[in-house]
Amino acid sequence: MPSRYSALALARHALTGKPWARAWRSADPKPSYDVVIVGGGGHGLATAYYLAANHGVRRVAVIERAYIGSGNVGRNTTLVRSNYQLDGNTQFFEHSLQLWEGLSHELNFNVMLSQRGQVVLAHGPSQLDVLARKGNIMRLNGIDAELLARADVMRLLPYLDYSPTSRFPIHGGLLQRRAGTVRHDAVAWGYARAADALGVDIVENCTVTGFTRDGDRVTGIETTRGAIAAGRTAISVAGHSSQVAALAGLRLPVESHLLQAFVTEPVKPFVDHVISFGAELFYISQSDKGGLVFGGHIDGFNSYTQRGQLPKVQSVAQCAVALIPGISRLRLLRHWAGIQDMTPDGSPFIGRTPLRNLYFNGGWCYQGFKATPAAGWCLAHTIAHDAEHPLNRHLSLDRFERGNGFDEYGYGLWTYRQ
Amino acid sequence: MLRIPCPHCGERDFTEFRYGGDASKIRPRHDSTDARAWQEHVFLFDNPRGPHREFWQHVLGCRQWLVLERDTATNAVGAARLARPPELP
Repeated sequence: MPSRYSALALARHALTGKPWARAWRSADPKPSYDVVIVGGGGHGLATAYYLAANHGVRRVAVIERAYIGSGNVGRNTTLVRSNYQLDGNTQFFEHSLQLWEGLSHELNFNVMLSQRGQVVLAHGPSQLDVLARKGNIMRLNGIDAELLARADVMRLLPYLDYSPTSRFPIHGGLLQRRAGTVRHDAVAWGYARAADALGVDIVENCTVTGFTRDGDRVTGIETTRGAIAAGRTAISVAGHSSQVAALAGLRLPVESHLLQAFVTEPVKPFVDHVISFGAELFYISQSDKGGLVFGGHIDGFNSYTQRGQLPKVQSVAQCAVALIPGISRLRLLRHWAGIQDMTPDGSPFIGRTPLRNLYFNGGWCYQGFKATPAAGWCLAHTIAHDAEHPLNRHLSLDRFERGNGFDEYGYGLWTYRQ
Repeated sequence: MLRIPCPHCGERDFTEFRYGGDASKIRPRHDSTDARAWQEHVFLFDNPRGPHREFWQHVLGCRQWLVLERDTATNAVGAARLARPPELP
């Protein structure tokens, strides 16, 4: 059992030189569990934690192919926010943001939530109208939102391009002050440590090779470290959802695409908010180390390579310079690509599947990281009750055949456009 | 950079093309009223990690639709052919 982290514990360890206990056990798989979660990413670990903490289900295993934190939980731009306008999304992401706000205390692990505020920019009067509507929807749901005029944005973010020649003049924006960033690795480690303390087994380096079935009921999994019987099984493996679901004989409304993220060399602090460009999909913030962290669209064709294409590096850098001309001389330090589940309507799935006792969480498109706490919270509820919570009822896997696509941005149902 | 061998124009950067999705799917007959068949055709994907047959349109070239063989695990590109049957004009 790891000791509780506190200022006192820090002082004690500093004075005695006693090494810290490891944060979670390296568990070997047992022959059977009440719940097995396939995928030890942020979502899978959060699910295990909430199953144990909220629903009293303690015989839980998280099965991870590689090591904890090796997937998309460490391959994102660390943003959290709740500025969504479709009924269902608004409440879900606000629930997530509220969980983020209490997470460091709940997990006894500092996830370094920094509520520096996010500004979405409008580059024309009609775009500002759209943001006003979104802000009103948020406020009607009790979520903070402030509409900014051009002069407000100039005061708040003086380093953007306000010149008369700017290609996309800034007309205003929408500010959510409670939005911000989180240290993403700490999310994986914090959930892993807290789940482990409640008795959850975290099994790393264990690949799932099949599902055992009794008719239309899933009874467990087969792995490279032996068979494991499970009362209920959940798949939470963003990026490889189709491969794992295929082992259970399911075909998903998911295509895997690459999303790149970028970090520049570190500079003195100057980007003190999260900023979303309105003319293209582009978002930027500054990390505690000083690097500018930003990202854009997916590469445009399905791939599992985890290596991005250079034309996207160029177009994202063009967005960065169009927004903040002052960073044109900065050099990129690193960039990486995550494998991202894309769905026809741009919305994810959390819920039951056509097979009994099998649950699915995936299809997160661009929004997986910020959803981590609520996705785990809702999936845990769905597994424990064998029924969706009102917060994730709209995210069912069969919504397309029922004609209930859930399209936040109104692009239309087109997987590689979303 | 992904390079696509266009049968008309030769090997070009993928940025000249528009991606068009899985080419191995068979579209239900236009007058089909089988909702499940349409659901599977429109919304479900095999999404393989490995060999994939896919549509690309050469929008900044000959504007023809192509079928390209590509490995989604490595992005290694194979042959490309015209998407329309060769006997058509």
